[in-house]
Amino acid sequence: MIAETGHYALVLALALAILQSTLPLWGARSRDAALMGLASPLAVAQFLLVAISFAALTHAYVTSDFSLVNVVENSHSAKPLIYKISGVWGNHEGSLLLWILILVLFGALVAVFGRNLPARLKADVLAVQAMISTAFLLFVLITSNPFARVNPAPLEGQDLNPLLQDPGLAIHPPLLYLGYVGFSMAFSFAVAALIEGKVDAAWARWVRPWTLMAWCFLTLGIAMGSYWAYYELGWGGFWFWDPVENASLMPWLSGTALLHSAVVMEKREALKIWTILLALLTFALSLLGTFLVRSGVLTSVHAFAVDPARGVAILMILTVFVGGSLTLYALRAPVLRQGGIFAPVSREGALVLNNIFLTAACAAVFIGTLYPLALEAATGEKISVGAPFFNATFGPIMLPVLLIMPFAPLLAWKRGDALRAAQGVTVALGVAIVATAMVAGFVRGGPTLAPVGVGLALFAIVGAFAEIAERTKIFRIGLGDSVRRARGLPTSTWGGAFSHAGLGVTLLGVVAASAWSSEAVVALRPGETVKLAGFELTFEKIEQRPGANYRSAVAELTVREGGAVVATVEPGRRFYLARKMDLSESSIVTFGVSQLYASMAEARTDGATGLRLQYKPLVVLIWLGAVVMAFGGALSLADRRLRVGAPRKAARRAPVMQPAE
Amino acid sequence: MTIDASTSFPSPRRRAGARKRRRMALFAVVALVLAGAVALILNAFRDTLVFFRTPSEIAERGEAPGARLRLGGLVKQGSVTHDGTTTHFVVTDMKSDLPVTFTGLLPDLFREGQGVVAEGALGQDGVFKADSVLAKHDENYMPKDVADRLKAQGEWRPDAGGAKPK
Repeated sequence: MIAETGHYALVLALALAILQSTLPLWGARSRDAALMGLASPLAVAQFLLVAISFAALTHAYVTSDFSLVNVVENSHSAKPLIYKISGVWGNHEGSLLLWILILVLFGALVAVFGRNLPARLKADVLAVQAMISTAFLLFVLITSNPFARVNPAPLEGQDLNPLLQDPGLAIHPPLLYLGYVGFSMAFSFAVAALIEGKVDAAWARWVRPWTLMAWCFLTLGIAMGSYWAYYELGWGGFWFWDPVENASLMPWLSGTALLHSAVVMEKREALKIWTILLALLTFALSLLGTFLVRSGVLTSVHAFAVDPARGVAILMILTVFVGGSLTLYALRAPVLRQGGIFAPVSREGALVLNNIFLTAACAAVFIGTLYPLALEAATGEKISVGAPFFNATFGPIMLPVLLIMPFAPLLAWKRGDALRAAQGVTVALGVAIVATAMVAGFVRGGPTLAPVGVGLALFAIVGAFAEIAERTKIFRIGLGDSVRRARGLPTSTWGGAFSHAGLGVTLLGVVAASAWSSEAVVALRPGETVKLAGFELTFEKIEQRPGANYRSAVAELTVREGGAVVATVEPGRRFYLARKMDLSESSIVTFGVSQLYASMAEARTDGATGLRLQYKPLVVLIWLGAVVMAFGGALSLADRRLRVGAPRKAARRAPVMQPAE
Repeated sequence: MTIDASTSFPSPRRRAGARKRRRMALFAVVALVLAGAVALILNAFRDTLVFFRTPSEIAERGEAPGARLRLGGLVKQGSVTHDGTTTHFVVTDMKSDLPVTFTGLLPDLFREGQGVVAEGALGQDGVFKADSVLAKHDENYMPKDVADRLKAQGEWRPDAGGAKPK
């Protein structure tokens, strides 16, 4: 009964979505305030209905209602509660429902908090948002109904894929979807602006918080996925250039470009047409990511769906929205008024360069991800494009981004002084050179370029705060005055600095963990010892431990450093009874920001235990950097000028916004 | 579809001239970066592409030893033996077999009768020396060719396909 309620709520939500995608649009054209006013209550009602539906599915999972096909295929009565709940989105149907829930949540947020939006823009935005939800609701109801029943109901379910039974993966999809789907707001605003034929600084100010929020969530979601792959897949890699990872990286790259070009648009009314295009492309890439992951076109752990009909349906949605919006763009972009001009050396110029390189990097990832698919579809020839391709393309293209990053905030708008900016980053440059020399001199092993990578990372980290140092005149005036100046800086200045520094932190982790990791693949018997990166690991014993829905074998190793016991690692393997799957459970000990990583191989016939032991210096920085980036984003989001909402004419307030320059 | 007249007034001529010059400069930079990116991508494609082959394709084509390949198929029943940290196994597509050696830790889900993708090169002795065995991390994973062939031979056992909606 509850499941039927959920299904029915979904159908009702579809009906409302169809109304919401047509009536307000009509109202905006015919200037009918009543019709436009319908958008907000419809958006809220639609959200409530989808929420009811989602709650119904969650209820079915929690109570192990095995009369639902979806629950049978992905749950088990003995599974811990948290994985019963995360099982809701650990499968194709449920994760699409989560996708839609987040989509309509954003719509409802605009309806509730977008009070100061012009009525027509709001009506248009909500209508476009509803078009997206119409398409996805139709898709779910026709091809992927999560409420389908099975008769007779089996007594027990088939359990969730054990790889997904993990706290990291319980929150990874919601974070990632908040990012992906959050970009739908930028898309809807861009389409609305094209329909209206009007876009200005105020528009950028409305769009930026949504984009920023989506970006923060996407950053955390990608980092979470990377950390999950690192500890769960048992081989200690943090990024595989797997198409599924690339699918989330592409919207992140173009979303990052969008954030920066929206700044230019907000401050200087320039790059309007480009910003609109980026907003469209970013969501298009999010849809592409959904297509790649959901259609089963790539077969990997994320591709739960193997039904080609679904793939075709998502491809159709993708084609309609990307094709439609780009057509609208081609027709309407020329009517948008061009904004202010700027010298090549200026804040705008630097941000344009950032955009060009980020877009090129995104294109490289796009080609590397889709070319094998296209080639296979066209010729049947199968190729693989792996890490070497992306290292050879993505790396060099991102290099200028990192180099320009510290300079850009030091350049003035419209016309900047390159020499002064260069003076501003001298400290960062000095730190970078000293670090490079020290690493090259004292750290043995690793590729020759690794010290340069460390220098580059430190240049980015220290350089990120160059603007703040400049504006607080630190060490040039009294410390008290500097602190007072620092307090007076807009929160978004701090946010930008932290985000830029976060990227440097991530880079430092990537460089160190790639260049100076040590690894030992060994087969040990109890009592035997192996040396690794200054540690001595002694294999003590192996023991059997039962779990809720699995049984496991756990190896115990004592870690000694200079004779003293510093830790124990307990890598193990779990055998999941329902799925008859055998998985390694790695064990990680953290020393500062470095980690010792142990995983166990399958049982061997000769009585020894196969182990892979790795020491990864600074590896934690990879994810810590992402957290710092997201923290920076959150700081910018807390900035008064975004929180208070945009005044109609942005230009009038602009002087207040730029203190002490 | 009315457009606000105020949004489309023309700019003064002087600004238009400057705009044109700036725009040309911008196009030049974009073209330069684009050309650089394309060069990088093409170069990387030439050096890093790896072809995917099944054992029978390797048998038919007579691949040269030493060329990097991805080998896909099933781990043949009863073929896995360990020798220290080196594992020997046979990859089959139910038509041809190819012996493989791999040193290191095998991924989860590697077992006899399951799909596997090994990357490496064919040695002079006809043994495929893998330097990575890919964990596709999906119990349903199987190279499409192999799946098709198994289906044709009636050995395909689809997972959980029995449940039908009411």
